Amino acid sequence: MTSITVNVDGSSNTDEVEPRMLLVQYLREQIGKTGTVVGCDTTNCGACTVHLDGRSVKSCSVLAVQADGHEVTTIEGLATNGELHPMQQAFHESHALQCGYCTPGMIMQAIDLLVDNPDPSEQEVRDGLEGNLCRCTGYQNIVKAVRAAAKAGA
Amino acid sequence: MTATTDAPAMEVGRDRRRKEDHRLITGRTRWTDNLSAPGMLHIAMVRSPVAHATIGSVNVKAAQEASGVIAVVTGEDLADEQGTLPNVWSITPEQKVPPHPSVAVDTVRFAGEIVAVVVARSAAQARDAIELVDVDYDDLPVVLDTRDALADGATILHPDLGTNESAHLVLDFQTEGAAGNVDAVIEAASKDGIVFEREYEQQRLIPAFMEPRSMLCDPTGEQIVLWSATQIPHVLRVLLALSLGISESKLRVVAPDVGGGFGGKLQVTPEEFITVLVARRLGKPCKYTETRSESLMAAHHGRAQHQKLTLAAKKDGTVTGLKVELEADMGAYLSLLGGGTPTLGAFMFNAIYKFDAYRFDLRTAFTNKAWTDAYRGAGRPEATFGIERLMDDFAHELGMDPLELREKNWIRHEEFPFTTVAGLEYDSGNYEAATARAKELFGYDELRAEQAERRDRKDPVQLGIGVSTYTEMCGLAPSRILGALSYAAGGWEHASVRMLPTGKVEVVTGSSAHGQGHETAWSQIAADALGVDFDDIEVLHGDTAVAPRGMDTYGSRSLVVGGMAVVAAAEKVVEKAKVIAAHMLEASPDDVEFAAGAFSVRGTDQAKTMAEVAFAAFAAHDLPDGVEPTLEGDATIDPNTFSYPHGTHLCATEVDTETGQVTIRKYVCVDDIGKVVNPLIVEGQVHGGVVQGIAQALFEEAVYDESGTLITGSFTDYLVPSAADLPTMVTDRTETPATTNPLGVKGVGEAGTIASTPAVVNAAVDALRPYGVDDITMPLSPHRVWRAIQDGADR
Amino acid sequence: MIPARFDYHAPTTLDEAVRLLAGAGDEAKVLAGGQSLLPVLRLRLAAPEVVVDLGRVDELRGVREDGDTLVIGAMTPHAEVAASDVVRRHARVLSEAAATVADPQVRHRGTIGGAIAHADPAGDMPAPVLALGGELVVVGPGGRRTVPADDFFEDLFTTALGDDEILAEVRIPSHQGWGGHYAKFTRVAQQWSIVAVAAAVRTEGGSIAEAKVALTNMGSTVVRATAVEQALVGAEPSDEVVRAAAAQAAEGTSPPSDINGDADFRRNLATVLTRRAVLAAAGS
Repeated sequence: MTSITVNVDGSSNTDEVEPRMLLVQYLREQIGKTGTVVGCDTTNCGACTVHLDGRSVKSCSVLAVQADGHEVTTIEGLATNGELHPMQQAFHESHALQCGYCTPGMIMQAIDLLVDNPDPSEQEVRDGLEGNLCRCTGYQNIVKAVRAAAKAGA
Repeated sequence: MTATTDAPAMEVGRDRRRKEDHRLITGRTRWTDNLSAPGMLHIAMVRSPVAHATIGSVNVKAAQEASGVIAVVTGEDLADEQGTLPNVWSITPEQKVPPHPSVAVDTVRFAGEIVAVVVARSAAQARDAIELVDVDYDDLPVVLDTRDALADGATILHPDLGTNESAHLVLDFQTEGAAGNVDAVIEAASKDGIVFEREYEQQRLIPAFMEPRSMLCDPTGEQIVLWSATQIPHVLRVLLALSLGISESKLRVVAPDVGGGFGGKLQVTPEEFITVLVARRLGKPCKYTETRSESLMAAHHGRAQHQKLTLAAKKDGTVTGLKVELEADMGAYLSLLGGGTPTLGAFMFNAIYKFDAYRFDLRTAFTNKAWTDAYRGAGRPEATFGIERLMDDFAHELGMDPLELREKNWIRHEEFPFTTVAGLEYDSGNYEAATARAKELFGYDELRAEQAERRDRKDPVQLGIGVSTYTEMCGLAPSRILGALSYAAGGWEHASVRMLPTGKVEVVTGSSAHGQGHETAWSQIAADALGVDFDDIEVLHGDTAVAPRGMDTYGSRSLVVGGMAVVAAAEKVVEKAKVIAAHMLEASPDDVEFAAGAFSVRGTDQAKTMAEVAFAAFAAHDLPDGVEPTLEGDATIDPNTFSYPHGTHLCATEVDTETGQVTIRKYVCVDDIGKVVNPLIVEGQVHGGVVQGIAQALFEEAVYDESGTLITGSFTDYLVPSAADLPTMVTDRTETPATTNPLGVKGVGEAGTIASTPAVVNAAVDALRPYGVDDITMPLSPHRVWRAIQDGADR
Repeated sequence: MIPARFDYHAPTTLDEAVRLLAGAGDEAKVLAGGQSLLPVLRLRLAAPEVVVDLGRVDELRGVREDGDTLVIGAMTPHAEVAASDVVRRHARVLSEAAATVADPQVRHRGTIGGAIAHADPAGDMPAPVLALGGELVVVGPGGRRTVPADDFFEDLFTTALGDDEILAEVRIPSHQGWGGHYAKFTRVAQQWSIVAVAAAVRTEGGSIAEAKVALTNMGSTVVRATAVEQALVGAEPSDEVVRAAAAQAAEGTSPPSDINGDADFRRNLATVLTRRAVLAAAGS
């Protein structure tokens, strides 16, 4: 067991973990942040995407011990004082989710893609989401939501 | 116009944003894997790595002794309790149904079949221990294709059956005026018409819902509670009771948030049986969550058919007869619907066209692969693919524009209602309007011109146009028809609309959404019906203790059947409320009107709101004679018929002849799904459906190697496309209301998928006709397309 | 989904990392970005007893110029390589290739060193490094050594790295002023390359003076398309001329056959992509 201290959604957590524990498992099982989910075994689907020190990563492909001393933001840390993040709001407005399983990861990646490219074209949004799979929406409304969020200065 | 008041519809037809969203976008979700119970144990499955073998021995000692392991259970251990997984559809009286144990006892028949179960205190410990279970397999020959399975001398998967054929269903149809059955019609066409034959392949697909299946069984209460990421909590409860001999009243099934299904979670699974049996045996809550690798390998697959179509037509292209011969791969065991899935396509091969005679000949067979069952469209995409590929191919044969050929043969708008050769009465439709609109949006003539130009200059990037004019049968289904087809359950749906004392509303529905937005749509329907605020309505579903009656969600049935149950239940509430209101207003119910949520005496300003009536019904101080306290309406709707959405999809693809890469340049769909309750939700269903159909055309296939191992065992190889791989589509609608239900709705959940696959493949083939290509097997990978071009050049 | 147990070390210096690795024998794996290793561990395709994480060895990260040489620390993530103006200036084709690896999230974690050491024949990093005549700096208990890219990639997932050695740096002679393009062919965007071509081209007076071309996934390791390179010397950067040169792209290769394409298809792709990459590089 190894002791780690990770700041998650603004709160500091100190825990004992097995080195083999994935960050996504740490979030879900140890500190109860079940908003972040697991969708695959091979780093393809992106459902587990969170921000690590402000950049998007797939939390299934980071060990919890690698996050020691670092900051993690999950879907549950986006809204401030009950107010939705503009990207969350845009997803809602544009009907960019159906079952919602891919949604946290999709939102986290969408926010990250605007960091590098605040005014992306449609194709640039699509390319920026190449690491996030959705089975329900066909992506069309997701692209719409991201561009709307970009316009709103997200 | 609503069913119950004369007030204009405020909610139905509106682009309401969804109630479901807030929890989902903030991560306050209740996926089954999020749940835990005190003392909960974790299950991991030992799965066979081989496709066909007898089990020599299962050595569990080392696993039992591993850290944290509570129990290791084998097929032998469960032999007396596990019964057999159910199949509920005898497509023929002689259908052969092999026993299907949840944990294999003496034989494994597909790679991934469960051979032992480990229960441990943590998921990691369970996972560690499965590697310590030592199973001895004696390999048997592997059968991987229905052709091999049905050939003489084939290895028989289920020796007691004596054959690998499960059923052979032949349905022979002819219209009243027909000269004879399809053989006669084909015979006639061979003399003075055209006989056109084609073979097509429907590859094996994997539904690949984003949420892996998960289940938690808690046996410690008065009822055994099973939470499961399922589309069918009600059906599952009944079948658990029947198959495992548990008293149904001792069972409660809950589908919490479910992350997509697409038919893939329409199943009664070994994993669920095992979780219940093991939890009961140990007296402790037990959870099982599959990995994606397990899901791709062992959750049921879809499609998987060899198709042979024979078309009889007159020389001018008027179709007269259609013969369809299918071999459908069931996999190693018969699933819940089994052969019923391809059977649903039986009535759809004739599609929107007028045939004199039609035969559907289906053989279902076992192979050493994962079992198959419903996947978005369940039999109808396969049928639409067959007929729409055939029509585009036939048009080319005749030198006729493919849209012209459709128009020549389709049911004309004025001919509705129309009874097809397959005996279904299509209530309404307007293929002309949808097609005209699609052509307009598509820029059909300009694209044809560009195609010609590219051909002239032998551009290495060629352009093709594909057509799909589809209809589908959904709103499953009239129970009496299901009975006639020997499906074991019915097709009704139930709703309760409950006015709470404070005037808020609970709508209890037997539908079981997994992304479709029922909470929002049912609220819209109830809001209009009751004159209550959209936000004052709570929709309850997915829990047999809360919504005890239902037939669950699949087959694009929920709005058509479940939504209608809400309408009917709300009507009953208004009726009862009217009587109570009249009594409160000291008037005759005949003089009371209901509008904008209030009951008023005609010609006066005396009124009572629905909320006041609800409270009066609760307090019951002064109710009219014969009226029971509380204000609630209950309705179970059994549809009279199927519903028939339709549409025209046009696809333009660019094919890079140097690399075989197919890119969709333009995709236009005009769908007619009758009246629309929520346009946003409808469009979302069309987008998602079309993309899954495109994915079948271009990207996805479940591939096995010669030993029966699934090679496409992860998303690295099973290619579910991302946003970067897909086009933006142009969508529009025409609206021809259904005449068979009060809201005029037709259902849309599967339509996009049913329509799109042939549109895309037709487009790619169209692009490559000058290269001697007349078909390419799906998925149209660059490799296959390039190979087709090379082979075409050799011809 | 859950890896097997292992002991974990997170050294903060390269020396410490080397010592830990030497001490662990052959039961250890080095963890760089984890984007290849973690899926392997999760699927239990490997179950090392010890994992040595280089993530806190800051000295291994960063892009710098060392005279005429571009130096990239092994632990530099793909996203950083792709975004770096310095890399773009000196090694355009490497910059392009780094931007195509997997997807954005993977690029935030995956590293150039990890990718090169992993030596997946379908991985994108070896081809630009090989084409540009790069060198790999390797550190072990015996000290530091430099291995030319030509000698580094030995076989499928096998490099010149010893079990007790760590790849520390990638050094690439500056190709400032050269055009470069990485043409990558996949079925879906985030996929490993079915075939890809790295091309760097120096033009002089309107012709191609020199070309360097390397192929991804045309064999068990990355290969130089030397016949093409020779045919392009002095060539006009026109479609016709480059097409003729590119026709030799598959010479000497042994491409794999798998569900994404058979050897013939890959040979065809190699010629097509080589033509396109060279033309793009010549024009860029």
